[in-house]
Amino acid sequence: MEHIINRLKQKIEIESIINQRADLYFITIKEEHLELVLSYLKQQENFTHLAFLQAVDFIEDNKFQLTYMLYNYDIKVNLGIKVFIDRDKSEMVSIHKLWAHAWQYQRELKEMFGINFPGSPKVDESFVLEGWEEIPPMKREFDTLAYSEKTFYQRPGRTKNDPKKYMKEKLYKKFPQSTTVGRKDD
Amino acid sequence: MTKQSKSKYNNFKVDRSKFPEMENGKPVIDLDSHKYTKLWQGPQHPGVTGNMAIELTINGDEIVQAKTHVGYLHRGFEKLLERRKYIQGFTIVCRICVPEPDTNEYLYSAAVEELAGIEIPKKAKWIRTLNLEMSRLASFLMWLGGQAGSLGMGVIGQWTVGMRDFWLDLFEEMTGGRIYHMYMIPGGVRKDLPEGFVERAKELIVETRKLLFDIEKALFNNAIFKSRLKGLGIIPPEMVDEYGIVGANARASGKEYDVRMNNPYLKYPELDMKMITSTGGDAFARAEVRYQEIHQTLDLISQILDKLPREGEIQAKIPNVVNWKIPTGETYVKAESTRGEHGFYVVSDGTKYPRRVFNRGASYTHAISVFEKLAINRSISDTAALLVSLQTCPPEIER
Repeated sequence: MEHIINRLKQKIEIESIINQRADLYFITIKEEHLELVLSYLKQQENFTHLAFLQAVDFIEDNKFQLTYMLYNYDIKVNLGIKVFIDRDKSEMVSIHKLWAHAWQYQRELKEMFGINFPGSPKVDESFVLEGWEEIPPMKREFDTLAYSEKTFYQRPGRTKNDPKKYMKEKLYKKFPQSTTVGRKDD
Repeated sequence: MTKQSKSKYNNFKVDRSKFPEMENGKPVIDLDSHKYTKLWQGPQHPGVTGNMAIELTINGDEIVQAKTHVGYLHRGFEKLLERRKYIQGFTIVCRICVPEPDTNEYLYSAAVEELAGIEIPKKAKWIRTLNLEMSRLASFLMWLGGQAGSLGMGVIGQWTVGMRDFWLDLFEEMTGGRIYHMYMIPGGVRKDLPEGFVERAKELIVETRKLLFDIEKALFNNAIFKSRLKGLGIIPPEMVDEYGIVGANARASGKEYDVRMNNPYLKYPELDMKMITSTGGDAFARAEVRYQEIHQTLDLISQILDKLPREGEIQAKIPNVVNWKIPTGETYVKAESTRGEHGFYVVSDGTKYPRRVFNRGASYTHAISVFEKLAINRSISDTAALLVSLQTCPPEIER
């Protein structure tokens, strides 16, 4: 595996390398090198299996992390290629020409994170959320509770309790000093 | 059918030069031309695995275009997990897949343990391996019934689902639950095996082998089963990597990829097993590979029962789970479920809540890209058999 990373280093700049397990590595590269790296790894280094492509939202840094998980059947190693893209202008090059199933992940990321992949087949079609009008739901700022309170309503006649208060007053009346209820850091 | 008409039928050739016209590799379908019909199979249809709809465009009874629609089961697991503590997530992940929940439990726990740097005791590893193989068996038995049922042989399904129930009884003894077990907690397993479990499991293995012998005679030697599945949904070897195909679907096309042997986990390195592959690539080859894997799984369970240590710890020491902070990091762990490579990608940001948990379902590509390609030019009556032979599971597609 070290040889492969060394050969890759000669071609492009690698920002970080993490050896998580004997059979799992993560490398971080620049956004513009992605297509080159993936096609090089697929064609020259035999990383022929794309296990998945997913995004992680780092809202505090205003970045999306895209992870492309590849697998090499010969050396039996998983290699995660990480790319950070701008959250405001979230757009990434499509890899549907390298792997025929990549469009599925790209369509999902468009719907769930709002990351666009220009040229990817069916990328604008809805996948799970038909008729969704809110912001993409997997973004960190999407508040599930606020959304459900806005969209759905309580059945008439039902009362609503604050679970913590209810537990303290009704269920744990006899144990006011209980350590399991109302921790300060909770 | 008389002899004469049969020969006429054999000589009849469809003129495919006219339909559908192709443009940029895509069929041009004009519904107003009255040549085509739109037909929805699902989301409520006994021939479709789970709640998933297939939009078929047909010409006569021939499928011209297929499109998979999901969204009927979306419960937002991945979003839920972001707002739950690590220990709360453990009870959620098993609900992603009904026939085989244990793979999710194991992978989630394994990912959390890896990020937290916890090594689980030896006995817990053995029990987890046993649990995973038992869940593979339960899922395979359900699949076997489904594959027979999709071709109209409902009786086989009753046999296998009946036998699966006996295995669920054992799960109940072991974990307290029949369907969702919530057994493989981060740090080990919840409870030790009950008394007499090993003996009862060994008896059930004998019974299951007897049933499989009957099924081989009734199903795999059945002319209809053979003729309907042979040549159906052929996956050529070059398509395997192109479409990210894994599991028995890939092994039936000659790809030697089984996570249990390629990247062994738990106690699999200590078990004696061989990769089962075939070169047929069609639905019948896939059925045969899976049938042999049921035997392999039974064999593995009896090996595990023999090697299972009677004494020892079943849980490693873990911090107070309410305030458990996992160090910053990320990992991808994978295991072989009945459908293939099943994985969890977990990213931790050093807080009590995971930053991202992604579940890579094995049938994510099988049910969409692969099925949409294989269904073209098949009869509508083959849709159910094809879907079951790819062993799709909608909940792991939409998570």
